[in-house]
Amino acid sequence: MDYFVNVTITGLTQGIIYSAFALALVLIWRSTRIVNFAQGSMAAATTFIALALIQAGQSYWVALVVALVSGFVLGALVERVIIRPVEGGPELNAVIVTLGLFVAIQALIAIIFGSSFQSFPTPFGVRGFQVGGSTIPLTPTSLYVIGSVLITMALLVALFRFTRVGLAMRASAFSQEVARLLGVKVGGMLTLGWGLAAVVGSLSGLLIAGGGFVYPAYMDSLIVFGFVAAIIGGLDSPVGAIVGGLILGLALSYVNGYVERGSALVSVAALVILIVVLLVRPGGLFSSTTARRA
Amino acid sequence: MSDLQSPTSAAAGKATDDAPTTSTAGANAPSAPTGTGRSFLPQSTLPRHLVVLVLSAVLAVVLLEVSSPYQNSQIATLSYYAIAAGGLTVLTGMNGQISLGHGALMAAGAYTTALFLDADEPLPLPVILLAAIVVATVVGALVGVAAARLHGPYLAGATLALAVGLPGLAIYFHDIFGGEQGMRVRAPQAPDAFESFVQTVSGNNASSTKWLAYVGVICLLITYFFLANLVRSRIGRTWRAVRDQEVAAELAGINLGAWRVLAFVVSAAAAGLAGGVLAIVVRLAAPSGFTLVLSLALLTAIVIGGLGSLLGALLGSALLVFLPPFVTNLGSDFGLNGTEAAQLAPFVYGVVLIVAMIFAPAGFVGTIRLRRMTAKARRGSAAQAKAAGANGG
Repeated sequence: MDYFVNVTITGLTQGIIYSAFALALVLIWRSTRIVNFAQGSMAAATTFIALALIQAGQSYWVALVVALVSGFVLGALVERVIIRPVEGGPELNAVIVTLGLFVAIQALIAIIFGSSFQSFPTPFGVRGFQVGGSTIPLTPTSLYVIGSVLITMALLVALFRFTRVGLAMRASAFSQEVARLLGVKVGGMLTLGWGLAAVVGSLSGLLIAGGGFVYPAYMDSLIVFGFVAAIIGGLDSPVGAIVGGLILGLALSYVNGYVERGSALVSVAALVILIVVLLVRPGGLFSSTTARRA
Repeated sequence: MSDLQSPTSAAAGKATDDAPTTSTAGANAPSAPTGTGRSFLPQSTLPRHLVVLVLSAVLAVVLLEVSSPYQNSQIATLSYYAIAAGGLTVLTGMNGQISLGHGALMAAGAYTTALFLDADEPLPLPVILLAAIVVATVVGALVGVAAARLHGPYLAGATLALAVGLPGLAIYFHDIFGGEQGMRVRAPQAPDAFESFVQTVSGNNASSTKWLAYVGVICLLITYFFLANLVRSRIGRTWRAVRDQEVAAELAGINLGAWRVLAFVVSAAAAGLAGGVLAIVVRLAAPSGFTLVLSLALLTAIVIGGLGSLLGALLGSALLVFLPPFVTNLGSDFGLNGTEAAQLAPFVYGVVLIVAMIFAPAGFVGTIRLRRMTAKARRGSAAQAKAAGANGG
């Protein structure tokens, strides 16, 4: 029973990071109908910026802020310079462009920061709390992870619900033409959306790196998990992305914890879950839209 | 971008946003323009392709015999990239389905080949390669059934998961597949006939590198011959119909799903053969050989060459083989160390993908064909205007 609880807690902690990453994908999908496959590399880039600052003697928090800000700048820049020309074009073109960005940024990281494994610090301890004489895998770090994702989500909800900018962003995502007619600067809103999504993506990159090792391709599995989580949720629904991330985190944690040598099977399990969801409910579990045609 | 592509869209008819027609129409223009009288090749498809096949075979033998052993091995590498890229261009260019999982399908072929060659009395090489094709085809059919219901980013994500997930199986079943280290592949022996053949043609030493290069090139020629015929057949036309106008195709009685699965199966078969050739050329089948970068490199090859054009896939694959040493040397000259310089190649792939998609989505072959088509159309309309002017006067 204890083991089950431990595996569950680990799954939820991992899952909430997948949620954050899936949320970043959903934010971009809602505004521009593009799945940003470069999200992982962009997050890895900001994580390496943070790592460079920490190694230069700055505190974790300074590095965190700089990483998030540079994430925003990177996201906005990518949208303006690279994505804008393919927006609204054939969907395959946009997919290929984000894939190109994915490889290019990852290789650039390896060129600038080297491709060796480097440990990434965490601001809090990684020893589990003691409950009734036994150690549970709930650590101060996992509390920090869960807390920061929840705060980020609350801020996003507040932005979209209670501010004029959020309203304008929702309007441009809903219908670009109508929003433009009503005086919304749709282009600016799309750039802002990409920037915000990149901030959320960077945060998940920093959180998954905390207490572990980073290398240029360390986000490769997270981009898959984030995508699977977003698909479970329907790719269109922020709430779905969060729930999808938690479901996926739990499922993968059980595979890892209960199948012998299951760690090798985690990616395979994600693939199976993805295929099953797509075959049974292609629109995801939380889809609000009906099936699209042509 | 729309103004860049306007001549094509006009030529190809109105297309839905989903169809990658803007990037593929140019590449799919008839390769032998009818009625120009300039082409010396037969008009009919099968004889034309046979002539091209024989010419390419002669050219390949000449190339293999005049080049150095190192260049022989480069040609062997080129052949497996080109086989896989040819399959992928049929899938992506002809049928509009993207796949980032072709690295995984190649892995299926490579591991099959490695297992069969590991036997005490290995079967003949063609049989083993056929087995590699069959295994990859079965995996491809399974993926294809799931993929047929997906489009665009969904399909890209699902196949991405395949590329990341499938190597995990090789690690899980490490007793059979050798885990992270992978399986060493015993290179097949060249038959005696090969030695005498090389002796008569050029008098060169019939090394095992040369034999592997020949195997690769033979597989490449056969694959491209099949694919080229397929693309020009009823099957190819149906694929293009499915890609360009889903609804119209369905109204014409085409079962969209079945044809998409068929495209995936054909493409997977090519990937399986490519994996088999890779295994015997590299002499290793390991998870590290089938990373996501391999799948993305194949995508780069077909995009830069021109989506939907087999010639483009071949040119793109040549880029994959000859570009990395070039940029790596360039990087070393600029003072990067070995591992950093090795990363320059994927960096260039990525940049090339972005730049090609933004500025020339039709790719190399497609852009040139587009230019020719536009110029011809302009000449045609000028002639018409002249005739009309003469009539009026």
